[in-house]
Amino acid sequence: MGSYVLRRVLQMIPVFFGTTLLIFVMVYTLPGDPVTALFGEKAADPAVVASIKHKYFLDQPLWKQYLHYMGNLFQGDFGTSFTGRPVSDIMAGAFPVTIRLALLAFVFEMILGLALGMLSGLRRGSVQDTLVLVLTLMVISIPVFVLAYIAQTVFATNLGWVTPTVQDSYDLSQLVLPAVVLGSLSLAYVARLTRTSIGENLRADYMRTAVAKGLPRRTIVLRHLLRNSLIPVITFLGTDLGALMGGAIVTEGIFNVQGIGNVLYRAINTKEGPTVVGIVTVLVIIYLVASLLVDLLYAVLDPRIRYA
Amino acid sequence: MNTAVDRTGREAGTPYQGPLLDVRDLHVEFVTRDGVARAVNGVNYSVRAGETLAVLGESGSGKSVTAQAVMGILDMPPARIPRGEIRFRGRDMLKMGKDERRRIRGRKIAMIFQDALSALNPVLSVGFQLGEMFRAHHGVSRAEARTKAVELMERVRIPAAKERVNDYPHQFSGGMRQRIMIAMALALEPDLIIADEPTTALDVTVQAQVMDLLAELQAEYNMGLILITHDLGVVADVADKIAVMYAGRIVETAPVHELYARPAHPYTRGLLDSIPRLDQKGQELYAIKGLPPNLLRIPPGCAFNPRCPRAQDVCRAEVPELFPVAEDDGTPLEGRRSACFFWKETLHDR
Repeated sequence: MGSYVLRRVLQMIPVFFGTTLLIFVMVYTLPGDPVTALFGEKAADPAVVASIKHKYFLDQPLWKQYLHYMGNLFQGDFGTSFTGRPVSDIMAGAFPVTIRLALLAFVFEMILGLALGMLSGLRRGSVQDTLVLVLTLMVISIPVFVLAYIAQTVFATNLGWVTPTVQDSYDLSQLVLPAVVLGSLSLAYVARLTRTSIGENLRADYMRTAVAKGLPRRTIVLRHLLRNSLIPVITFLGTDLGALMGGAIVTEGIFNVQGIGNVLYRAINTKEGPTVVGIVTVLVIIYLVASLLVDLLYAVLDPRIRYA
Repeated sequence: MNTAVDRTGREAGTPYQGPLLDVRDLHVEFVTRDGVARAVNGVNYSVRAGETLAVLGESGSGKSVTAQAVMGILDMPPARIPRGEIRFRGRDMLKMGKDERRRIRGRKIAMIFQDALSALNPVLSVGFQLGEMFRAHHGVSRAEARTKAVELMERVRIPAAKERVNDYPHQFSGGMRQRIMIAMALALEPDLIIADEPTTALDVTVQAQVMDLLAELQAEYNMGLILITHDLGVVADVADKIAVMYAGRIVETAPVHELYARPAHPYTRGLLDSIPRLDQKGQELYAIKGLPPNLLRIPPGCAFNPRCPRAQDVCRAEVPELFPVAEDDGTPLEGRRSACFFWKETLHDR
């Protein structure tokens, strides 16, 4: 187990450097000059442009810029955006919003997804099974922005329960609707994955053994069936939590949630290199940690992996 | 009467003298998309305490389905039991409620499955799975269940039981896993054990060890044992009587050694002739021609007639009942029956 964890942690190092280098190169080789763009319509003074470029190391070769950036990063410095605001400041404002949104969406998709999956998986071919299959298929087929607009129309315009867009991104209750929209696609996948997994395990020999042992049905389902069926579902959920933390550009955009997705979108549009690289770097780290945790969790749940 | 019947009599309140298990005219069908598959078509058998009944047959003969019906672990639907009785100590289990039935499973009748690796839960330790029997049926604590699990593992002679109680099924060898299955079946000292091909998945040397262990424990607890197998070699030493099944029916019953010496049904004859023998080295192996019937379309008359070397018109028209088998002079042969119109001729075949 110890060597397994160590191996997994060591594997993260090349992935980290590879992905950050890639995003760095992509951001800084994009056509267009962000510094000139800062001046808008006005003609830029070449001396000022040069001095700004020097300040942001933009006059250096790309590999030097990357090394310089990484050097600062390991001292906890994410750099400064072209507006002069530290990138870490920008992230500190947006990440708490995204974390709330992601956790809400995660709880929603996990609880409802598992419940629906169990409901249909335990009674294959029943009315509720067919209903779950049709509903989840609909959710999977509809693009998220359509779903978001439908939710806005129904819950804000028609029912008037909420405001169409979020007024205060730090208010948890206002984040519920965006979270439901954000989590709905994964909810459909969780429900279907749970259903399939339960269906497979119901036919397993060890289930027949559990019945032959004279165990109560509750025990058979909770202890024997679910314990085995949920292994792939938990793997999916873990990876998805990492993905949700990355913010949702479309959902956050439609609902005006001031989270990381919105900030990233604006930064890309204004060619705010330091902000984009900083945010993506953090996202890479979050994703790596999440998948490490999933792998460890997997080993805890399935002894065949633990001792392999 | 032996002690086990006395014991069962006391527990039932009234003295019960009959067999432990009595299956009468059992029919099991599976409803499939292509029609109704008649897997079991009127099976009768009984087992007494301390007795071993071997049920012999090819795959699809209905031997496992009968056992699963007795155990109450058939998936219904698609399976259904249109007719028959399964009497356990005189009471028809098919008429019992779900809960009463469940309390018999594991406690009074236990089952050993063929492939222990898939029959054991991969994510729970063997100690937990053994202890679960005591926790579910006797409501003992987790710690006590663990102690009992270790005792059971020692009982079936698993080395270093104390250290291995927290191990998982995949960490054991095939033979040790099957011992754990046996331990699980033995846990609550049931009256009857059904072993469905308990040694098929094992190496030949391990087969003998596991079979010996099973026979020894059966004698010690005076349990009834139903041994389901397609392997004639396995049953020879341990079984008291044999029931041979074909297409969902019992075609012959006999005490084990008599069946080997003088089969009274052409199918049994064919099975015995298919065993490779050393003195036939170099000769082609015998095989019963043809294939077992499709259970959706069992041929009319005797189901074996299309493959039978002795088949006559009567075999294609009428279903033979289980005739009592007797010597030429009319002396009945105790416990012998054959579902063949020509049992007398078959008995004389050499």
